[in-house]
Parts: sequence; C-alpha cells; structure tokens
Amino acid sequence: MKLYGKYIEILFKSQMQYRTSFWLLAFGQFLIPFSVFAGLYFMFERFGQIKGWEFSEVALCFSIIHMSYALSECFARGFDSFSALVGNGDFDRFLVRPRSTVLQVLGSKFEFSRVGKLVQSIIVLGWAVSQQLADWTMLKGLVLLFMIVSGVFIFTGIFILAATMCFWTVQGLEIANIFTDGGREMAQYPLNIYQKWVTRFFTFIIPFGCVNYLPLLYLLDKTTGNPLPYMLAPIAGILFIVPCLLVWHVGVRHYRSTGS
Amino acid sequence: MIIVKGLSKAYQVAKRSPGVKEAMKALFKREYKVVEALNDISFTIEPGEIVGYIGPNGAGKSTTIKVMSGILVPDVGTCTVMGFTPWKDRVQYVKHIGVVFGQRSQLWWDVPVIDSFELLRDIYKVPEQEYQSTLALLTETLELQEIIHMPVRQLSLGQRMRCEIAASLLHSPSVLFLDEPTIGLDAVSKIAVRRFIRTINEEKGVTVILTTHDMNDIEALANRIILIGKGKLLYDGSLSAIRSQFGTLKTMTVVYSHHAEPLKVEGAVIESWTTERAVLSVDTAQTVISEVLISLSQQVEILDVAIDTLPIEDMIIQLYKEHQL
Repeated sequence: MKLYGKYIEILFKSQMQYRTSFWLLAFGQFLIPFSVFAGLYFMFERFGQIKGWEFSEVALCFSIIHMSYALSECFARGFDSFSALVGNGDFDRFLVRPRSTVLQVLGSKFEFSRVGKLVQSIIVLGWAVSQQLADWTMLKGLVLLFMIVSGVFIFTGIFILAATMCFWTVQGLEIANIFTDGGREMAQYPLNIYQKWVTRFFTFIIPFGCVNYLPLLYLLDKTTGNPLPYMLAPIAGILFIVPCLLVWHVGVRHYRSTGS
Repeated sequence: MIIVKGLSKAYQVAKRSPGVKEAMKALFKREYKVVEALNDISFTIEPGEIVGYIGPNGAGKSTTIKVMSGILVPDVGTCTVMGFTPWKDRVQYVKHIGVVFGQRSQLWWDVPVIDSFELLRDIYKVPEQEYQSTLALLTETLELQEIIHMPVRQLSLGQRMRCEIAASLLHSPSVLFLDEPTIGLDAVSKIAVRRFIRTINEEKGVTVILTTHDMNDIEALANRIILIGKGKLLYDGSLSAIRSQFGTLKTMTVVYSHHAEPLKVEGAVIESWTTERAVLSVDTAQTVISEVLISLSQQVEILDVAIDTLPIEDMIIQLYKEHQL
C-alpha cells in the first residue's frame, strides 16, 4: 500500500510536467457529465417521474455511479489502457520485478484529470442529499460511502476483465466498453426501470444492483421488511473483484506460456 | 549458477498471406503454424562469467533471456538459476536478477532519474543504507552525477543507457541479463558501457549474460560465446577457439597505380575491386601469401599492402554461413 503511494507520487510529478494539459482535461471532464445531467433533467421535466422515481432520487443514483466511475478511472487507469502495456512489451518488465502484477499495473497509470468529473459528481450528490428525500442518519451516510466504494470495485473489476482479454488479443477490445461505459449509463438510473433480464444481469452477473438499487431503496426508506440485506448489498458488490482477479491470474499464466 | 537443460519452446504464429481477400479470410479462420523458438538448448554458466549470447535476428535469443528471467514458461526442459526455477516462485527469484532490455526503458520518462531510482529502491525493498552505498558506487563508476537530476526524456541515448544499467543494479543482483545493451549508442558511450560491465563483473562478481549484434561488445567483454540459430545451440566455447578456427583467413588490401583491367589472382578471392584498390581474401592454409604477392606484382604496380586477420564480425558471419543461417 505504501508502495502504491510512491507510484502515485511519481505519476503525480510526471503529470505536473504538463500542467496546462492537466487543467484543460480536468475542466473538460468537469463539463461533460453536466450535459448528461442536463439531459436527465430535461427528461424529468417532460415526464415528471419514471416508475415512481423522482428526479432528485435519480440524481442521487446518478451522482453515486458517476463518482464511482470517475474514481475507478483514476485508480484503475492502468488496466483501462492495458493493451498498450502488452503491445509494447512493458508488461515483461513487470514480471521481472518482485511485486504483484496487479499492484504494478495499478501503479502504472493514474488519471488525475478525472478530478474534474469527481468534483462534478460531488456537486450533484450534495444537491441530491440536500433535497431532504429522507431522514439522513450516520448509518445511511456510511451505506452511501460503501455504495461508492462498491461501485469503484465493480468498475475496476470490469476494467481488469477487459485488460485480461488483451493477453489473447493484444489489442484493446471495444467490447469491454459495453460493460464500462454501458454499465455506467445503465446504472445511473435505478435498476428496476428496465426489463427483468436486464435487471437480473446487472444484479447477479455484474452486480450494479448492489450499488444503485438495493441500498438506494434503503437510503430512501423504500424497503419492506428487514433493511439489513439492503444495507449489506454494497459488500456483495465489492466481492465482484475476486473472480475478476482470478481471471486476471489465468490471463497472466496464459501470457507467460505463449509470450504473445 | 545457471543450468539450462533441454529447453524447448514453440510458438503458434498466425499465417499471413498477402492480398485483401486472404486478409478477409483470416478474419474468420486463421491458420497457424508452429515456430520452434527454442529447440533442446542446454548449457551451464559458472558464477562470475561473462557470456555473449549471439545469433541472427529471430534465432531465439530473446526467448532464452525471457525464460531465464522468469517471464516465459518453456514447453519442455529445466532451468535452474541460483537454485531457483525462474518461472516458479517468480517474486522470490527476480530479487536476485537484473534485466536490461536495450530497446525499452525501465525509467519513468518525465521525472528526474533519481526519482525512478528511489521508486525502484522501494519496489525491491532495498535497505536505505545499502541503497545509498550502491547508488554512490554506481554514480561514480557510471559518471551519473550531472544527469541524475535531469528528467529521462532530456537525456541522450547513451546517458539513458547508463542510467538503465544503474537502475537494474540498485538491488545488487547476482545475475545480470543484458538484452542488446549497446544498441544505437555512439562509440564513446559503447566503450563506457562496456568498461562498466567489466567493472561490476570483476569487482562485484556479477554473472553477466548479454545478447548483442555488435561483435566488438563480445570481443571486449565475453570470454565465452554461445551461438544459437533457428532455436538450436550451434556453438558454445571460447572466442579464441573461433579465432584459431578462422585464423588462417586473411584479408589483403592492395593499393596500386591506375590499372583498368580486373585483377586475376590464383588462390585468392577478390572481394572488391576498383582501378586503384582491391580487397582480397586469402586462406593461408591453402595459398601462401608470397605467391599472391608475386601474382599481384606481375599485374600491377603495388603502392601499399595491408594484411589483416579476419575481423571477428566476419568470423561470425562465416560461422552463420557454415550453419546455413
């Protein structure tokens, strides 16, 4: 963990060599989600509500998912752009260093410009929370925090899966974006507005439901019965990373036997 | 130190046929062919040796280095380095080795060299005191004082390579793998790098395995060469053995006053020829030099003659030829 800090430090120093580009990128990253959010706003302006969800409720969901996405883009950027590492052979370098490959890939890149996105989602989150949708308690605050963490783990897991595919294809695959960008677009709304199979897929296969639906019900006092499973759902989301890491190790083993 | 036995590795490589139509076909159905990158390679390297690992492009040099450094797992065969099997227990093993890929950098591009060194210190968990003394030694012998605080991207290739080598030695490895360490360097930098490799070998007893295409590297450094071609081990022995094998081959450069017709010399091969100068190769085991000189003096007015033994470069080319590489 300390080493990861050192990696970030050196990447930060590198980034500071290109200050102007950093500010421009961060500013862009700040603006882009606003247009998406504006779209959301105008849609609710027209329809009032979707399946019983108010605009401010969806805004809460929206900000949580976007915050998770921005954070995982920051931290797991190394996996997101992993095809470059395999393509130019830099991954070989990681294999001759006495540290885990996951740590080294995580430490290979950090996307500081996503700070812009992060600030944007914090503003939206602040606004949504201030709308007095429910009585806020410490516990709810904690669950909210876990929802964000859980989201980060899920997105990171998907990035890892996508990166693993590079061991077979060398080139990055756009197909993974269905699950990252697509997942984000999908998960910015509460899951129950979709078809059953979509809901199921994003609960049991890629557990976005554990971030943006089940605990959301708890936050908004919409649960029936014991709220505990709803509160603990984000933890199940975090566990998604485990099979992803296993698949990663299979990928590394494949790479080392083929060297492609 | 290093024992390699019966190492084999084959790759599946996609067949590529020319033409758009074939390319379209390949999109759906690929044909593979198996390329034997390594075929039953065996050798033993003693501690403190410097071994030149040579062969033409695609001979399997890099693959061997990758296997020995634990990056690749071979299909068949065993390899033991300091009691470790490189591809098992990777994390424990790689603490003891240093690897330099001449064509790729291991330094962080935008920050001063010293920052990269400090991160490497943390990656390898080198104790601070040990790090400081190693760094001091490396800085002095590689003359890094002036460049260590410059960002890597501002360094010349030669300066960068010196830093690369220093970076791979910060954790005091016992074995150093150098994959083309002098590629693209100017003459001065090459000599500096060679001198340094000698120094760490002699003073710290580091075992060095280097691949290169520059035979001057080999001549300056390696007492022993291992030649591979098409995945097979072709020669393993001292450089002087090769020298004596090809020692009878001489190159003769003759300068003479203007002579319009091509020369004809019995028992010598004319490598190049102009109206004023000719280069001949002679095998002294078959032809006596004086006979060649007599034959020459009958045809032209000789102004100057130089006789050299075959450069090591050409000996290797001869060796490649013998093995039809």
